[in-house]
Amino acid sequence: MTSIAKPQIPLLTLERNQLGLTIRDYSGSMSTLCAGCGHDSVTAAIQEALWGLAIPPHEVAKLSGIGCSSKTPQYFDSAAVGFNSVHGRMAAVASGAAAANRELVLVGVSGDGDSLSIGLGNLAHAIRRNVRMLYVIANNGVYGLTKGQFSASADIGSRSRKGEPNLLPPVDPMLLGLSLGATFLARGFSGDKAQLVPLLKAGLSHGGFALVDVISPCVQFNDHEGSTKSFRYVREHELQDIDADIIPVRGQIHSEQTPGAATEVELHDGSRVLFRAVPEGYDPRDRVRVGTYLVESARQGEIATGLLYLDETTPDMHQVSATTEERLWDLPFERLCPGSAELAKFQASLR
Amino acid sequence: MANVQLPEAPSRARVNEFAIKLANVNGTGSASTNNLLMQTIFRMGVPVSGKNLFPSNIQGLPTWYEVRVSQLGHTARPSSFDLMVAMNGQTYQQDIGEVASGGYLIYDDSWPLGPEMRRPDITFLGAPLSQLCAQRFSTVKERILMKNVATAGLVAALLALPEDELSKQLVAAYSRRPHLLEDNQAALHLGYQYALEHFSCPLPFHVERMGAPDGRILIDGNTAVALGAVFAGATVGAWYPITPATSVMENFIRLCARYRRHPGPDGREVNDYLIVQAEDELAALGIVVGASWAGARAFTSTSGPGLSLMQELLGLAYYTEVPAVLVDVQRAGPSTGMPTRVQQADLLSAAFASHGDTRHILLFPADPRECFLHTVQAFDLAERFQTPVLVMSDLDIGMNDWEVRELTWDDTYRPDRGRLLSPGELERLERFWRYGDPDSEGTTPRAVPGESPRAGHLVRGSGHDFRAAYTERPDEYQEVMDRLLRKHRAAAEHLPPPVVEVREGAPFGVITLGSCDLAVREALEALPGPAPSYLRVTGYPFPPAVARFIESHPHCYVVEQNRDAQLRSLLLIETGAGAERLRPVLSYGGLPLTASFVRERILELEGAL
Repeated sequence: MTSIAKPQIPLLTLERNQLGLTIRDYSGSMSTLCAGCGHDSVTAAIQEALWGLAIPPHEVAKLSGIGCSSKTPQYFDSAAVGFNSVHGRMAAVASGAAAANRELVLVGVSGDGDSLSIGLGNLAHAIRRNVRMLYVIANNGVYGLTKGQFSASADIGSRSRKGEPNLLPPVDPMLLGLSLGATFLARGFSGDKAQLVPLLKAGLSHGGFALVDVISPCVQFNDHEGSTKSFRYVREHELQDIDADIIPVRGQIHSEQTPGAATEVELHDGSRVLFRAVPEGYDPRDRVRVGTYLVESARQGEIATGLLYLDETTPDMHQVSATTEERLWDLPFERLCPGSAELAKFQASLR
Repeated sequence: MANVQLPEAPSRARVNEFAIKLANVNGTGSASTNNLLMQTIFRMGVPVSGKNLFPSNIQGLPTWYEVRVSQLGHTARPSSFDLMVAMNGQTYQQDIGEVASGGYLIYDDSWPLGPEMRRPDITFLGAPLSQLCAQRFSTVKERILMKNVATAGLVAALLALPEDELSKQLVAAYSRRPHLLEDNQAALHLGYQYALEHFSCPLPFHVERMGAPDGRILIDGNTAVALGAVFAGATVGAWYPITPATSVMENFIRLCARYRRHPGPDGREVNDYLIVQAEDELAALGIVVGASWAGARAFTSTSGPGLSLMQELLGLAYYTEVPAVLVDVQRAGPSTGMPTRVQQADLLSAAFASHGDTRHILLFPADPRECFLHTVQAFDLAERFQTPVLVMSDLDIGMNDWEVRELTWDDTYRPDRGRLLSPGELERLERFWRYGDPDSEGTTPRAVPGESPRAGHLVRGSGHDFRAAYTERPDEYQEVMDRLLRKHRAAAEHLPPPVVEVREGAPFGVITLGSCDLAVREALEALPGPAPSYLRVTGYPFPPAVARFIESHPHCYVVEQNRDAQLRSLLLIETGAGAERLRPVLSYGGLPLTASFVRERILELEGAL
């Protein structure tokens, strides 16, 4: 069994959000991932972000592909309807769900194998379409469920548990997204919830495709000396230059808000993001500068984290398609079917 | 201007019962000429069909158009031609060889025809079309395009099609472009007059008006599918362009723009639909599955190679019980195969698409009218049985204009959404289990995301129990798998009923499907002896009537368009009939089936040839 009902331990005075719900109202089944798995922290951060934004739990639609990360929708927000689909296709399935119901709060959880190898094409085009959703890559550089093969995000020279080096260049989802016209790019670390939760909240409030790459070490197969996706390596090489705090329109204002923030950007739903950028002149809306920064930091062997790129001006899939503001899936049939008179008229041209 | 007309060979006078073939170079605008002739004959109330045999190429290769005129209603692909319009030097030799003895051949005698091309038993009608067009039109492009129209004029005069009938259509087509209209009409007249002045018009076989084509329309199957999707209330379409399915979604786009657009709150036009041209067929079906899961009526259209790519997602939709409608406009495989040639060779890969134990509902339309009806029904079946439904059209139905009975629509129709629960219904349940509480047909309650806190569940392509929870327990896994099989079997009675014509004293039965219908019927009429029985299957799973038909005949011929007798295999698997009782009649060269092929093959197998 990979899902176990979570025992309900009575906790003292849990904090309530604007809906009067506690964090527990956003919880799921017990995780069956390995003890200490980074993905469980990602799950916890998603749960906290949903709670913090006071999103009604059932308005969320959870999606995933295949892999360790893709098991996680089982572990949060049991009140939501979810879809654990097939390997690499979550971005496409989510695009369809977004098409049918533009009011859904779509949360996709994927991994580096799911998103950067088998599903790279579908991810790329969901980015291009700018489907409004939060898309999380729990990125550990390794295939966990098949026990330790390198994934496409493994760095050159990073060593497997058996000591073999990876020889192929990594796919960096942030650089990839930047080249494809992504509108929201953030990177976090599963070991740093204080940074990750605001990133996820900002992603949930974004008006398009919010790609959040979370370095999430695999304690079984990729947390050893020589790996560049281990807890230790990430802690030592993480660049937390671009800090972002979110001031949501709903939910509580997060306490981490930094005074004297450099840049303020308003998100789709009216929330605001405050950037506190250490590199002088860093502007997350300047695609060229962001690209340079990402390439430079990667060359130094460093992992740039934070809200790296943001564009709130590009229209999302529905805006591009000029779709009705209503949900397509339950539009009244009378509005969809032209009826017999129109059919007769149409056929006049076929005679 | 060399006129090399020979004395006319004798030919039977056959009014409204003949076939002609036009040989052209593709990319020169010959398609509009072909349509002009076919439309005119149709409007004169005479049953007609047109088959476009075109290359997988944009410009420069041979292309043919076959028109069959039959007041008896024999409009399957003809097997011999009374008139060949040979406008392609590359294929002269072949084209001359295809004219029936006593028939006619029109060629452009702006250039002489070599003596090796001659046949003593047919009549050559030379007309200097290129020269005439060169004199009348100034640019090269005009000359090429207008030569086609002049050819139409020539053929029209020979077949006794009134010039004003053709002219009316040009007016309709070019009403907004007066200079084009003028050119077209001039070219038409050029050809028409030339024929009247130089040949004895009409030919012994020609067209005579039979009245207005009341209650009939000319439509291709892909347009009909798109209409069906609009009328069924599909709001999401996802696709990847592929011949011969491309025009399904192109028509859906066009029809949605016409019927599903209205002014939004700010006065700008908004759409009650969303169509995604996806990055590949994996994504196309992925989008359909996601949209259907979220409650929309969604569909995709594809052909063989796309169907291969969609296998895994078909398995996902089958196992997670998500509706999906897929229209497969079949072409000749395997692999890339012959993209512009027809086959019915996806039957098995569609019926059992994806790894593991899977079975899908298939519908087999025989003409564009059924494409419309089956597409509407596919959405109802997909939602009722919460499973993929594949409409198995083909290139012949999909891309050629067919004359069919007018489409009708019942305004009281409402979509069958199956056991899709509203938030209120969910509220009244003690507990919602996605795969619990099956009804007599094996279907279970369904809830879409975003609607109710009572609906929480996670569907998955991995092993699951009635609660949609992961399982590896044999009993829990099998419970779901067995129910899926029950559900599939239950669907048989809800599919369009098969066409069964059992005849007293029939020596054997003939079973077929889809676009074979007309050719098989014509062949049966022409068989000597007592009439055989006829069965056209219209869907899979088969209802009991199919097995009964097989049992009630000593043997049956199964006529289909593939090498491996795929329909026969499905019948053997599903009905338990003995292999010796089902004899394959297989046409798989990629061209539409002809009656003479079916007739000869059956006679041969009956030992009568």
